[in-house]
Amino acid sequence: MNAFWIILTGSLVATCCSLLGCYLILRRMAMVGDAISHAVLPGIVIAFLLTGSRDSVPMLIGAGLLGVLTTFLIEFFHRYARVQADASIGVTFTWLFAIGIILISVYAGQVDLDQDCVLYGEIAYVPLDLWITEGGLNLGPRTVWTLAVVTMLIILYIVLGYKELFLTTFDPAYAAAIGISTSVWYYSLMTAVSITTVASFESVGAILVVAFLVAPAATAYLLTDNFKTMLLLSVVAGILASIAGYYLAVWIDGSIAGAIATVTGIEFMLAFLFSPTRGILVRKKQLQPVQH
Amino acid sequence: MIIQVENPVVEVHDLTVSYDRKPVLWGIDLTLPAGSLVGVIGPNGAGKSTLIKAMMDLLPAGSGYVRIFDKPIAEVRNRISYVPQRESVDWDFPASVFDVVLMGSYGKLGLFKRPRQADKDAAMDALQKVGMQSFANRQISQLSGGQQQRVFLARALAQNADIYFMDEPFAGVDIATETAIIELLRTMREQGKTVIVVHHDLQSATEYFDWVVLLNMRLVASGPADQVLTQQLLEQTYGGKLTVLTKVGELLRKQEFPARES
Amino acid sequence: MREFIEFFSFADANIRFVTVGSVLLATSSAVVGCFTLLRKRALVGDAVAHAVLPGVCLAFMLSGTKNPFILLLGAFVTGWLSLITIDFITSRSRIKEDTAIALVLSVFFGIGILLLTAIQHSGNAAQSGLDKFLFGKAASLVGEDLIAFSLVAVLLLVTTILFYKELAMLCFDKAYAKTIGYPVRALELLLTTLTVFAVVVGIQAVGVVLMAAMLITPAAAARFWTDKLSLMLVLAALIGAFSGVSGAYVSYTAPAMPTGPWIVLIVSMIAILSFAFAPGKGWVSRLLRQRRNKTLILEENLLKLLYHLGEEKQDFHLPHSLQQILEKRAIPKKQVSAGLSKLRKQGYIEKTPAGWQLTLQGQRRGERVVRLHRLWELYLTQYLQLASDHVHEDAETIEHIITPELEQRLMEELDYPVLDPHSARIP
Repeated sequence: MNAFWIILTGSLVATCCSLLGCYLILRRMAMVGDAISHAVLPGIVIAFLLTGSRDSVPMLIGAGLLGVLTTFLIEFFHRYARVQADASIGVTFTWLFAIGIILISVYAGQVDLDQDCVLYGEIAYVPLDLWITEGGLNLGPRTVWTLAVVTMLIILYIVLGYKELFLTTFDPAYAAAIGISTSVWYYSLMTAVSITTVASFESVGAILVVAFLVAPAATAYLLTDNFKTMLLLSVVAGILASIAGYYLAVWIDGSIAGAIATVTGIEFMLAFLFSPTRGILVRKKQLQPVQH
Repeated sequence: MIIQVENPVVEVHDLTVSYDRKPVLWGIDLTLPAGSLVGVIGPNGAGKSTLIKAMMDLLPAGSGYVRIFDKPIAEVRNRISYVPQRESVDWDFPASVFDVVLMGSYGKLGLFKRPRQADKDAAMDALQKVGMQSFANRQISQLSGGQQQRVFLARALAQNADIYFMDEPFAGVDIATETAIIELLRTMREQGKTVIVVHHDLQSATEYFDWVVLLNMRLVASGPADQVLTQQLLEQTYGGKLTVLTKVGELLRKQEFPARES
Repeated sequence: MREFIEFFSFADANIRFVTVGSVLLATSSAVVGCFTLLRKRALVGDAVAHAVLPGVCLAFMLSGTKNPFILLLGAFVTGWLSLITIDFITSRSRIKEDTAIALVLSVFFGIGILLLTAIQHSGNAAQSGLDKFLFGKAASLVGEDLIAFSLVAVLLLVTTILFYKELAMLCFDKAYAKTIGYPVRALELLLTTLTVFAVVVGIQAVGVVLMAAMLITPAAAARFWTDKLSLMLVLAALIGAFSGVSGAYVSYTAPAMPTGPWIVLIVSMIAILSFAFAPGKGWVSRLLRQRRNKTLILEENLLKLLYHLGEEKQDFHLPHSLQQILEKRAIPKKQVSAGLSKLRKQGYIEKTPAGWQLTLQGQRRGERVVRLHRLWELYLTQYLQLASDHVHEDAETIEHIITPELEQRLMEELDYPVLDPHSARIP
C-alpha cells in the first residue's frame, strides 16, 4: 500500500509539473522555473512558522506569492537595475534559497523541515501522515489530497486558458496586437508554477520539481509536433518516471526523488537518441540515402 | 512632401517613440487614406517596424497619440490584424499549420470559448486563399520560408479585420510567394481593407503600393507612391545620416532625460 | 564581541588556515565567474555545480576513500561531462539552451542524490562527511583537504592572470579574436576547464546548491562599479574574499549554522546594495540623476521665463513679481519658489523689493536656453520637416541637453540662422 501512495504522490507532482513545464520550455523559461522552485523556500518556512502546519491553504498562498515575487524580482533587477538577464536569475534564487536554509537552521526546533529534505524531499514518509476524520475514517495521506486539488486546479487552468496560453507562448506580439494580454497570462502561469512548486516541495524537494518541470516536457518535445500530444506525452513520461523511479530507489536503497529524477533523465536520453522523428541515431539512418 | 488626408484610417499625431530613452522616431505626423496599400519604406534602423508597432500600441509612445478609425486603439482591437516578422517566432513550436491559422479567431472568441465550426471553416478558407490548403495538417517546423509567410498571412486573413499591419512580409520569400502575396493584398484592397506593409525593396515599391511613407528616424515623406518615390526624396531618406539627431538621442539615453518634460 | 576579537586576531592557527582557505576558494570562483558572466553563460555554472555531486559519489564508491584528489578528479569528470552534454543537446536537437541547462542540472543532481543516499544507507562508516558537499562547510576544511583545494585555487588565479588578455578578448569579441589569430577553441576549452575547477573548489565553501551564487553574484556586483574588466576582476575577488572571511567567521561563532548559505546571503546583500546604490549604474543613482534632471529643467525654465519677460520689456534686468512669473507659465508655486531661491544662491538671479531679476550671469544662461530652444525648433522644421506648431514640445526637452559642441554643430548645419520657425529672433 505504501508503494501505491508514494507512486501516486509522484504521479500527481509529475502531472502538474510536466504540464506547466511544456509552457516553460517553449517560452525559454526553464531556468526561471528552476529559480522559482528554489526561491519559494523562505516562503514555505515563514508560512510554516506562522501557521504551524504544512498542508494549509495559507501556506500554499503565502509561499506561492513568494514564487511570483521571485519573477517580479528577476524582472526588476533586469529591467530597472539593468542586471544581465541570466545573472538576475542566478542572484535572485540563490539569495532567497540561502535565506530559506538559514531560517530553517535558526528555527530548527520549530520547523519540521531539514536541509536535506529541502533538496530531495521526504516522499517516503508521505504514507505516514494520514488524514483521519473525526469518525475515524482513514482517507489516506494528506499530501495526496493537497496535490490532487492542486493538480485539478492546474488542469482546469490549462483547459480554460488553453488558447490564450498557446497563443501567448507561440507569438506574444500577435497576441498583444489582437488584444490578448501577455502579462496576465505570463504572471498567471508563474503563479501556477509557484503553487505547484510549493505543493510538491516537501514531498519531492526542489530538485525533483525542476526535473519534473523540464525533463518530461523536453522528452515529449522531441517526440511530437502536436502541442496537445506534447502535453499528454509529458504527463505519461512523468508518471512512468515516478513508477520506475520508485522501484529503482527500492532496488538500490537510495532516495526516491533522486531515482525519479534519474529516470526522467534516462527517458530524455532515449527520446534524444531514438525519437522516430528527431532521434539523432534515427535521423542519421534517414539521411544516409540522401547522401548518395 | 507630406500629404495629409481627410477622414484617415490611421492618424498619427506628434508621435515620438524611444527605446531606453533614446528616441528612434521623432515627432511623426501622419495620416493614411482608407482602402489603400501603404508601403513603409526606409533604410535599416530607420524605425519602420517601430512605427507600425507603435501604431498598434505594442510599444509605449513617448509623446503623441495614434487613432485608428478615429478611435483609440483599445476600442478597435478586433478590427486590427498584424503579421509579425517571420523570425519573431520559434518555428520549432509544436503546432500545425491549421493550429496557427486558427489563432486568427482567438481575439474575437474571448476568454474560455473554443473555436467553433465557423471559425474552423474561416481558417480553411484563409488557407485556400494563400494556396496552402493541402498543408493544413503539416507541422510548421517543416515549412519553407515562403510557406511560413503564407501561413502568417492566412492567420491574419482568418481574422477578417479591417486594417492589416505587416512587418516585412516579402523578406526572404520566393518569387512565387511574393507574387501570390501581392495578388492577395490587391484583392484585400479591392474589398476596402487597408494594408500597411513594411518593405525594404525600392524596386518593387512603385509597382506594389498606392501610398508610400518614407521614414528615417523621422517622417521624410508620405503621399501617393508616384509623387513620393522621387530621386530627391529618396536621397533624403537614404543618404546623409542626421548626426545631430543621433547624438542628441544618445545624450537623452545617457543622461536619462525624460522624453517629455513633466 | 569577545568572539569577534578572538577571531580577527587570528591568534589561533586553525582560524588562520580556515580563513585563508575560504578566502582563496571564494576569490578564485569570483574571478572565473567574471568571465562566465561576461560570456552570458552565468547559469551554466549552476549546472556544473550540481553535476559535480555524482562525480564525487562515484569517485568515493570506486576508490573507497575520501582522498581529496580522487574526489576532485571525480567531480571534475562529471562537471566536464555536464558541459559537454549541454552543448551536445543544444547543437544536435531543437532543445534550447535554458532547457538543456535545467535538464542537465536536475538529472545529474538527481543521480548524485541517488548515489549519495545509497552510500549513506550502505552503512559504510567512511562516508560520513560526503554530504557536506550539499551545503559546504568552510570550517571543516582542514589538513590535506585545505592544502589540496587551496592549491587548486591558487593555480586558478595564476592561470587567469596569465591568460588575462586572451580571455578578455574571448569575452569581448569572439569573432574578432578569431580573425586576429587567437586559438579561440582552445581558449574556450581553457575557460570551461577553469569554470569546472572553480566550481569544484568553490563547492567546499558553499556547497553544490548555492555554488552558482559564488560564480555569478560577485561578478554581477562588481559589474555595477566599473566598466573596466581588470578592475571588475579585482572587485569581484575582493567581494568574494570578504564573503569568504565572513563565512569562516560564521562557522567559528555558530558551528551549528550552515556556512554556505551565510556566505551566499552576505555576497547577495553586497550585490543587491550594488544594484541599488553603485554610483552611475545603480538604480538609486539613476533615480537621483533623473531627479537632478528635473531640477535642472525647472531652473533653466525659470531663467528662460525671466529672459522671455525681459525680451518683452526689452530690458533684461527689470524685477518681476512671483505673480508675474506664475502667470507666464503653469508651474506649481512651491516648485517655483524653491527653484528661485536655488538660482539666487547660484548667483543667477537677485531678489529686490520689487521682485526677482536676472543677473548678467543669469541673463546669459537664460539666453543660451532660449537660443538652444529656437535652434532646435529650426532644426526640426528644416531637417525633419516637422510642422512649426509641433516643434515646441520637443524643443522644451532638448534645450536642456545640448552640449556646446552640439550647439556649434547645429549652428553650422543651420548656417548661423537669425530667426526661428516662429520668426522670433535667435539670440
